[in-house]
Order: sequence, then C-alpha cells, then structure tokens
Amino acid sequence: MHRLYLVPTLLINVVIIFIPAVLTIALAFYRWDGIGMPVFIGLANFRQLLTDRVFWMALGNNVIWTAIFLTVPIAMGLLAATMMLVARRGSAFFQVVYFLPMVIATAITARVWQGMIYSPLTGIAGLVTRAGFPVPNPLTQPSTALYGIAVVDLWHWWGFLCVIFFAALRQVPQEQIEAARIEGASFWQMLRYVLLPGIRPTITLMMIMTIIWSFLVFDFVYILTQGGPAFSSEVLSTLAYRSAFYDLAVGKAAAVAVVISLFGLATTAVYIRLQAKEFDQ
Amino acid sequence: MRLIESRTTFVLTYAALAILLLITLFPIALLVLNSLKPATQIVQNPLAWPEVYRWDNFVRAWADARFGTTMLNSALLAALTIVLVCSTGSLTAYVLARRKIKSWKIVTFYLLATTTAPIQLFLFPLYFGFAKLGLINNVFAVSLIYTAIYSPFAIMLLRTYFLAVPKELEEAALIDGATHWQVFSKVMLPIVSPGILTVALIIGLYSWNEFLIATTFLQRTDRLTAVVSFFLLSGQYTSDWGEIMAAALIIVLPVIVLFIALQRRFIEGMAGGSVKG
Repeated sequence: MHRLYLVPTLLINVVIIFIPAVLTIALAFYRWDGIGMPVFIGLANFRQLLTDRVFWMALGNNVIWTAIFLTVPIAMGLLAATMMLVARRGSAFFQVVYFLPMVIATAITARVWQGMIYSPLTGIAGLVTRAGFPVPNPLTQPSTALYGIAVVDLWHWWGFLCVIFFAALRQVPQEQIEAARIEGASFWQMLRYVLLPGIRPTITLMMIMTIIWSFLVFDFVYILTQGGPAFSSEVLSTLAYRSAFYDLAVGKAAAVAVVISLFGLATTAVYIRLQAKEFDQ
Repeated sequence: MRLIESRTTFVLTYAALAILLLITLFPIALLVLNSLKPATQIVQNPLAWPEVYRWDNFVRAWADARFGTTMLNSALLAALTIVLVCSTGSLTAYVLARRKIKSWKIVTFYLLATTTAPIQLFLFPLYFGFAKLGLINNVFAVSLIYTAIYSPFAIMLLRTYFLAVPKELEEAALIDGATHWQVFSKVMLPIVSPGILTVALIIGLYSWNEFLIATTFLQRTDRLTAVVSFFLLSGQYTSDWGEIMAAALIIVLPVIVLFIALQRRFIEGMAGGSVKG
C-alpha cells in the first residue's frame, strides 16, 4: 500500500530526469542536430573533445573555479562564523544580512554587478577611472573575465556557508570551549584546536558539495560573459548549452554533459557514503 | 559564552563583521539608489544621491518588462510547483522517514544522487522531447521540471519533520480504527504542516528566481517569467540603468520583505535542507 505513495514523486523524477539522462548518455555516441535522425558515430564526439581547445579551456576553468570556491568562501565563512561566535551580540542580525544575497535572483545579482560596479560607463569602475585610477572592466579582459564572474558568485555565496558554519559552531560542546579558555587558549588556538575539529563533518560536507556545485556553475557565466571574451571564461556547462542550442551539435553537448557528470559521480560517491553513515544512525 | 576576554579582540571582531556587512549591502544599496535616478545622473556618478526622484523609472520598467503578464506567469509557475512539490514530496517523505517499504534506502540514495546530477545531463533530450510534444511555452510542463529538480531537497527536509513525530501517535490512531491513509492525511500532515510551510516558501523562492530552465522552456513573449523578462530587458531592450534597476527592485522587493519577515524559516530551511540532504 505505502508503495503507492512514492508513485507521483518517482514518476515525475523518472520522466523528467532519469529517462532523459539515459538518452543523453546514448546521444553522446551520436551526431544529432536536434531535428533529423541521429547518426551513430561511436566515440567520435569524445575524440573531438580531446582535441578541442575550448573544451580544455572550459575544463581548466572549472578546475580553477573549484579551487577558488574550496578556499575563499569557506575561509570567509569560517572566519565570519567564528567572529559571530565571539561577538555573540548581534549575531542574528549579521546572519540575516550575510544570507540576504542568497535570496536574490542570479540574473539580478549579475546585472547589478555588471552595470553598477564593473561597467566603465555606469559603474563604480568607471567612477574610479574618471577619478584618475584606471580600472578596466574585468569581464571584458580574457585574463580576468573568469575571476570577475567568480567575485560575483562569491558575494552571492559566502554568506550561505557562514550561516551553516555558524549553526554548526553553536553545537560544539560548551565544556570544550570552557576548558580551552581556562587553559588560556588564544583566539587562533581556540579556532585551530577546538572549533575547527568540532565542526569537521560540516566542513567536509560543504567541501564535497562545493566540488559538485563548481562543475555545475552556469547562471553567472552565461549572463555575465556567455563564456567570453574568446572563450576565456567558458565552463563545461555553458559549453554544453551553447553546443546544443546555438550550434545544434546535440551529440557534442551530450558528450560534454557526460564528462561533467563523471566528475560529479566521483564526488557523489564520497558524498553518498557520508550520507549513508548519517542514515544508519 | 565569551570566547575571548580581550577588549581589542572584541573591537576588531565587530570591525571585521561590519566590513563584511558593508560588502554585502553595497551592491544592494546601489540597486536601490540607482533605481530612482535618471540615466544621465548614473553615468556621472552611481554613488550620488538622486537629484530628482525618478519614480517613472518604475512605470517604464513595469511596462517594458511586461511585468503585468510576466509576474503573473512567475506567480503561477511558483504556485504550481509549490503544490506539486508539497503534495508529492510529503507522501514520499512520510514513507521514507517511517521506512514503510523495504527499498526505502535505495529510493533515498537515488533521490540524493539526482540532486547532484547536472541539469545538462537531462536538459537536451527533455527540451527536444518537449518540443515534439508541443510543451515548450507551457507553464505546467515547466513546473513539472521544477518539481523533479526540487523534490529531493524538499523530501529530505520534510523527512526530518516526520521523524520528529512520535510513533505512538500513529499507532494510537491505527488502534482507534483509522485507515493508513487517514493516519497520513488526518494525523501526520497537520503535525508536519510547519515543515510543509517552510518547504513551500523555499520552493516558491527557488522557482521565482530560477533562470536556466525558465529561459530555455518559456520563450514566447507572453509566457516569460519575470526574471527572464528582466534579463531580456537589461540585455538588449534598454541601456537605461535607472529603468533596469527599477525592474530589478520590483522583482527583488517582495522577496526581501518576505525573507526578513520569515527569516528563521528561510535560513533554517535552506541551510538545514542542504546540510542534511
């Protein structure tokens, strides 16, 4: 009887996610323009990716992105969360404000940064330039475009981590903190030997999620630069999207999607093992 | 609890927290400030206070982004998604939390795995399949996609609410002669209704803000969501940043007001849901 309760969820999930996912994996071995009959071409899509400069650039950008997001926002979040623990008064207020960017639509965040901060005409960058300190628009320089986008995503994202770390820090046993304080631990010693070890499971989980999410990043890249200039900020997800809907190379897009998923899969394996431990409790 | 006694550390801590506060609020302040300014003044100085308040920015933004239609589309899409996620999700969450079926573990792991699948893994066949079935520009079809994507998160969150309900309550109702369905709908659902409300809020927020699926599946002018219509307005239609920021504020303001009013629900739901599953 209770099995029937699962039918709606699983039906929707299978139709929207599972079947199309299987089809995508199959399509990766075909050439298809989305309209005509797909032509089986074996591994040709993958072989072409291996020699595709843009593909390697996108993959490299995803790796850079992962490296940035594994360090900067996690460090910021941890530091701010610890400081909120020290400050205590006002922590509820700080928490709400830091979290605020998370509820603003990505399209809007992207446009505010683009027009009001980075723009040489209407933004802060332009204002500073006119004051005599030339600041180029990071989004239009191949060497800085990816970092320009990353800053926007950082602004949007770090507060979420901060709130999660703060919630975890408050669970650290009071006695441990008291004991360390009586022993005369400094702020950094407290952080290093009591607080960080106390919330290690949360940090690990957030790092795993960061790796998975870093390979899925799409919105900010697509809205801010479309992967440009000259593919300098292309990531795998925008490459797949463009291949499918602009170049009508659906087979190639599917192959890129499979590559993204393989990266995710390795990380997911670790993630599910961690979750399994929690469910067995 | 005081971690540190030193007054200097205390002052430094607040200073650092305040700097982070300013960094967070600065772009939002620019959004609000410039939504009231004429384009010519923004070009001179985006930081200056408005010389004249251009309330007509909002009027033009409303007309040019067709918010009369697109907001309605967004609201309909969010409402449909909320209903679908909450109804299907609470059924599944109940069964998984109470381990009513033998395969609860497999189903749970399957759902967790789909949360980490890239959208691109199913997007392309889904798009061309929907196109063939004439489901492009169909708001209900898009709400089904959202339901598939957001359900696992909602189920994991709801599951924790079901877990908190004492088992005895269920057993007592069964002994009193209630059917299994009555136990679920008359006993369990009312108890977990705060959880369902939290899920509804967060799912509503996600579908209101969503970009990738909406821009791909809803392309006809009269079917756009508010966010996509804002994206098109700011991308090609106008370069009047006063108007663009006014349009942004129209979309963001209801969200921020709701967020501040119900902050604990939002934060615990979003942060808790992603930590626990």
